[in-house]
Amino acid sequence: MKTKLKNYFLSAIFSIPLAFGFMVQGAVAEKVMRVIPHADLKNLDPIWTTAYISRNHGYMVYDTLFAMDEDFKPQPQMVESWNTSSDGKTWTFVLRDGLKFHDGNPVTGDDVVASLERWGKRDGMGQQLFNVITKLEATDSKTVVMELSEAYGLVLESIGKISSNVPFIMPKRVAETDPFEQITDYTGSGPFKFEADQWVPGSKVVYTKFKDYVPRSEPVSAAAGGKRALVDKVIWQYFPDNTTAMNALIAGEIDFFEQPAPDLAPLMAKDPNITVEVNDPLGNIGFARFNHLLPPFDDVEVRRAAMMAMKQEDYLASAIGDPQFWKTCYSVFPCGTPLANDVGSDIMATGDINAAKAALAKTGYDGTEVLIMQPTDIPVLSAFSLVTAEKLRKAGFKVNVEAMDWSTLTSRRALRDPVGKGGWNMFHTWWIGADVIDPMAIAFSGDPAAGWFGWPEDAELEKARSAFPKATTLAEKQEIAKRVQERLWAIGASGELGQFFTPVAYRNNVKGLIKSPVQFFWNMSVE
Amino acid sequence: MLGYIFKRIFMTIPVMVVVALFVFLLLRLSPGDPAAVIAGDYATAEDVQKIREKLGLSEPIVVQFVTWLGSLIQGDLGTSIFSNKPVTELIAQRLEPTLMLALTTIIFSILVAVPLGTIAAFRAGSWIDRLVMLFSVGGFSIPVFVLGYILIYYFSITWRILPVQGYRSPFEDGMLPFIQHIILPTLTLSVIYIALLARMTRASVMEVLEEDYIRTARAKGLSEVKILMRHALGNAAVPIVTVIGIGIALLIGGVVVTESVYNIPGLGRLVLDAVLARDYPIIQGLILFFSLIYVLLNLIIDLTYTLFDPRIKY
Repeated sequence: MKTKLKNYFLSAIFSIPLAFGFMVQGAVAEKVMRVIPHADLKNLDPIWTTAYISRNHGYMVYDTLFAMDEDFKPQPQMVESWNTSSDGKTWTFVLRDGLKFHDGNPVTGDDVVASLERWGKRDGMGQQLFNVITKLEATDSKTVVMELSEAYGLVLESIGKISSNVPFIMPKRVAETDPFEQITDYTGSGPFKFEADQWVPGSKVVYTKFKDYVPRSEPVSAAAGGKRALVDKVIWQYFPDNTTAMNALIAGEIDFFEQPAPDLAPLMAKDPNITVEVNDPLGNIGFARFNHLLPPFDDVEVRRAAMMAMKQEDYLASAIGDPQFWKTCYSVFPCGTPLANDVGSDIMATGDINAAKAALAKTGYDGTEVLIMQPTDIPVLSAFSLVTAEKLRKAGFKVNVEAMDWSTLTSRRALRDPVGKGGWNMFHTWWIGADVIDPMAIAFSGDPAAGWFGWPEDAELEKARSAFPKATTLAEKQEIAKRVQERLWAIGASGELGQFFTPVAYRNNVKGLIKSPVQFFWNMSVE
Repeated sequence: MLGYIFKRIFMTIPVMVVVALFVFLLLRLSPGDPAAVIAGDYATAEDVQKIREKLGLSEPIVVQFVTWLGSLIQGDLGTSIFSNKPVTELIAQRLEPTLMLALTTIIFSILVAVPLGTIAAFRAGSWIDRLVMLFSVGGFSIPVFVLGYILIYYFSITWRILPVQGYRSPFEDGMLPFIQHIILPTLTLSVIYIALLARMTRASVMEVLEEDYIRTARAKGLSEVKILMRHALGNAAVPIVTVIGIGIALLIGGVVVTESVYNIPGLGRLVLDAVLARDYPIIQGLILFFSLIYVLLNLIIDLTYTLFDPRIKY
């Protein structure tokens, strides 16, 4: 009784100022959605950086010519109609009526050309597309013509790609910025406007509804379909601390939490006002990367022996925990996508330490120490590193785990020097599923000159990858994907550590969540 | 006095230059490359190099240092590599929450700790003294984030009487929202300072209470309250003020955890984010700024001594 009275008393005392606060808030009738994004928005140029948070910002503010639907097919977004010449070398795109930038100016073909050219200088897929583009020009205010040196099967997939770098359309004056310098004008034509004067890096980003945005009539489907801003304002409020973020959601101060740590999910799910669910059908793919240039992993059989020791369940259980948020996947392409297959995956399917030990014994491994870089500021990758270290030790490797932060790792992994001069043998990362959905992903490169850190070299792999853009049917693409996967396993390019999913958590007053690998905020409302 | 102040301010210049050089070299020689962070996973080595060149990071260290120093002399702390915003603007955006949190914490700590310490000294050995000492030990022992989460659990989640997180400006949002949002962070951060100040006040007052002039005052028939307020506390003030000063200096650096737990967009979090991202201009600017604050605080503390002890003259 006493405690109850005390609670009432405390509530009454503290409620007085709160009541005033609510009265003031109540006077403003705008609909606001408060969101905890997955990271702090540090920069605003989604072409200059590949950071996913800048990509998500891009989707708020900009629009795209094409966009990927939930079946991973590109659909027209800013484009009204398009056609291809019979030889597949000339593409003509006509823009929709009514497209406007936030400053009121119409979106024109010149804006499209300048935007694609800037994107093509930074994005991997864009660079490949521009390798075959011989001419890109606006023939009138709404029409863009792209001429190619040869038929290319990934034109729409490239300009409709869903993840970084997304070919967002910017005003020509902005798109003419050097692609290696940041833009300073944030005018877009997307469903929300960025409020530059309210941006506090490290804390808050404010977007307001762009009233002149003309959505498509089709229903929304991942990044494609009609984008309708159903709230007046979206506020991204960055929380460096997951527990505080969870508490703010429970207390009703926040509506939507984009990427809570999976171990907090059960705590939030207990609250009847909160829904916790997986919204990204592709999830993330864990990745253990070998340095192919340095011993002991310059020997393919040593790499394959190490892969044999990697049991996906152990990685995922230790790094992610709750099995509802992960699944094993022995395809290099995300399971559940059209190119996923199991060719050559036997090597990783068992995680048999004894088999790994026997395989290593046959290689003539001389006890060279394996240096694993462990990014301690990223818990999932830190756990992956420790699991690998344990498994490699059990398989007979000599292992040294070096703790560092992610920023140090990103600069060190670029070094091709010996370990004694700053080099490395292994690190772990993950790719979001959308980024490794086909063989063109840089993660699958077999060209050490232009490829990704770790620098595998395999001419057959590159030959298979280069055939992919020319494939026109799904069956052809699947066949090439199998060849690519077969080579990746054969050369022991990387260990695949399974597929894991980060849930979203939101209060039940939030409606209209879009299933997608990228979090979008159009078509979402707060009631 | 004025001459002393000018001399002390003048002496900060070489201190700041040494700090600037030290910070600059430390950052450039530590591992990590902002260009690699910006370029992301898909970038080629060529792309990373181009970004490095655009950011001026491929210049020799000496050239980079001289360029930075030149801007510094003109009052320009540089521009954030990531957000492209001037460092001065970023500091200005974050200064108010940190200063207000520091201010409320110090005021609250003094208001609670000095009377507690004085009473404990006056009633040394009594249950009040033991209680104060117990609180002191507890205050030192409990980690800030644990206390923060406990307070949030009860006040924000269970009783729902105070907000979980955030900061509201008293100048822009009004006094009531400010108070609602600052109560829990202040309580959290104050505990350790109350513990420190109470102990120091107790020790200092106890020492003074043993002095001959206190005995004389008692012999003259002065009341205990008068003895305590007029003679004991005043003479015990110098070490207490020193601790308060050191406390403020420590506090500015120590708000990082509290700002994270309560999601307050202050300077502490700005430092942490900048270090993780290797945003050199922000780190350099902030360390210089903090150094300046420390130097000025020390000056203010030294000047304050003259108020409490007439024997001290500058």
